Amino acid sequence: MASSKTITVEVDDVSYTDDVEPRLLLVQYLRERLGKTGTLIGCDTTNCGACTVHLDGVSVKSCTMFAVQADGHQVTTIEGMATDGKLAPLQEAFHQCHALQCGFCTPGMIMQSASLLKENPHPSEAEIRDGLEGNLCRCTGYQNIVAAVKSVADGVEYGDSGVSASLEDAQNAGVS
Amino acid sequence: MIPSPFDYAAPTTVAQALDLLADAGDDVKVLAGGQSLIPVMKLRMADPTMVVDLGRISELTGVTDDGDSLLIGAMTPHHVIAKDLLIATYAPLLAQAAATVADPQVRHRGTLGGALVHADPAGDMPAPVLALDATLVVAGPHGERSIAAADFFQGYFTTAVQEGEILTHIRIPKYVGWGSHYEKFTRVAQQWSIVAVAAMVRVEGGAIAAARIGLTNMASTPLRARGVEAALAGCALEADAIATACAQAADGTEPASDLNGDAAYRRHLSQVLTKRAVLSAAGL
Ligand SMILES: Cc1cc2nc3c(=O)[nH]c(=O)nc-3n(C[C@H](O)[C@H](O)[C@H](O)COP(=O)(O)OP(=O)(O)OC[C@H]3O[C@@H](n4cnc5c(N)ncnc54)[C@H](O)[C@@H]3O)c2cc1C
Ligand code: FES
Ligand code: FES
Repeated sequence: MASSKTITVEVDDVSYTDDVEPRLLLVQYLRERLGKTGTLIGCDTTNCGACTVHLDGVSVKSCTMFAVQADGHQVTTIEGMATDGKLAPLQEAFHQCHALQCGFCTPGMIMQSASLLKENPHPSEAEIRDGLEGNLCRCTGYQNIVAAVKSVADGVEYGDSGVSASLEDAQNAGVS
Repeated sequence: MIPSPFDYAAPTTVAQALDLLADAGDDVKVLAGGQSLIPVMKLRMADPTMVVDLGRISELTGVTDDGDSLLIGAMTPHHVIAKDLLIATYAPLLAQAAATVADPQVRHRGTLGGALVHADPAGDMPAPVLALDATLVVAGPHGERSIAAADFFQGYFTTAVQEGEILTHIRIPKYVGWGSHYEKFTRVAQQWSIVAVAAMVRVEGGAIAAARIGLTNMASTPLRARGVEAALAGCALEADAIATACAQAADGTEPASDLNGDAAYRRHLSQVLTKRAVLSAAGL
């Protein structure tokens, strides 16, 4: 029997210390141990990008990393994007540009878009499409996703749509 | 999909990693960026009982200026290779190829060393490394050895790296006065190469003085198109003459047939893409 390892990982600004089996994938750790189900598993084969999170500020596919590899590192998930109960600009833009239909790809799309804008704050439309090549969407046809990212790069101010970023509010409203 | 259980160690020096490999026996795997190994372990096509993660060995990451060559740590990720200033200056071919690998997330994790040792025939990094006449530095229980790129790729997913050994560095001669281009042909975004061509060209006095051509996915290993290289030496800087030289690109290749194309299609692609790559590398 392979031995477990103790890891300490900072996830969405909270430090966690846990014993994990080395084979535990980071995405399983986030979802099943920490309950952070905002990060989704689409393909489980490194293709769809639904599981995208940030590791020390850069995007990675959390289905293709072991939790032990994150020991001592900082992870940001979609659940850490909002501040003080307010959606991040990219979240607000996706909402207001109608950049989602079923929403399954959305957490990964937003995390990858954030990583893209960090590396290239003013991407062209072609650069946005290239930057999102590892994220698949079965619904939108990508048009509004690209428009949402472009609008944030262009500095469009959406104001506060009043959509709550709190998980409890969403659950109370019957969304989970 | 969950891999079989394994023990895990994350050494911080190459010496520790080699000791761990020596102690672990046959069933051990080295983990670099994990972008090939983890998918394979999830499919249980690999089920090591021990995994040695190189991710915490800082001496294996980064690009350094080493006289007349660049020394690149095997753990340097693709996205760094694609943007590094030294590589952009002295070996832009490598940067251009790295930028075509997979997608941004995979490029943040996947490493140059991992891509070379994995040696997928469709992988984008081996052919440029071959065209650049790089030297691969491998550490093992009996010390360090240097292997010319031409001797490194030995077969389908097989390199000169033996069990118990680690690829530590890639040494690339500095190229000054050369043009280069990586021409990759794929069906859709985030795709492996159906065929790709890595070209290095040195132009002198209105003619091509020297050329080095690496082919991706035209055999079980990356290949040099030596016939094209010979035909290009002294070739006028003129599209028709270059096209004639590049028509030999498929000579001596053994491309596979698969869902993306049969061998005849790949042979044709290799000629077209070699011409495009050379024209672009020559600045035409
Ligand atoms: C969706 C997807 C698309 C992709 N598309 C492309 C593409 O278009 N082009 C392309 O070239 N690649 C592509 N890749 C593969 C990618 O380039 C990987 O990064 C690369 O093949 C492996 O690098 P790694 O660092 O992740 O190695 P790992 O997966 O960690 O290791 C790969 C193998 O090499 C061995 N190894 C790794 N490093 C060393 C070392 N230093 N010494 C000894 N042995 C070592 C490991 O034991 C393992 O057997 C893709 C991958 C995915 C998941
Ligand atoms: S679930 Fe990780 S890439 Fe699809
Ligand atoms: S909105 Fe449904 S997959 Fe993108």
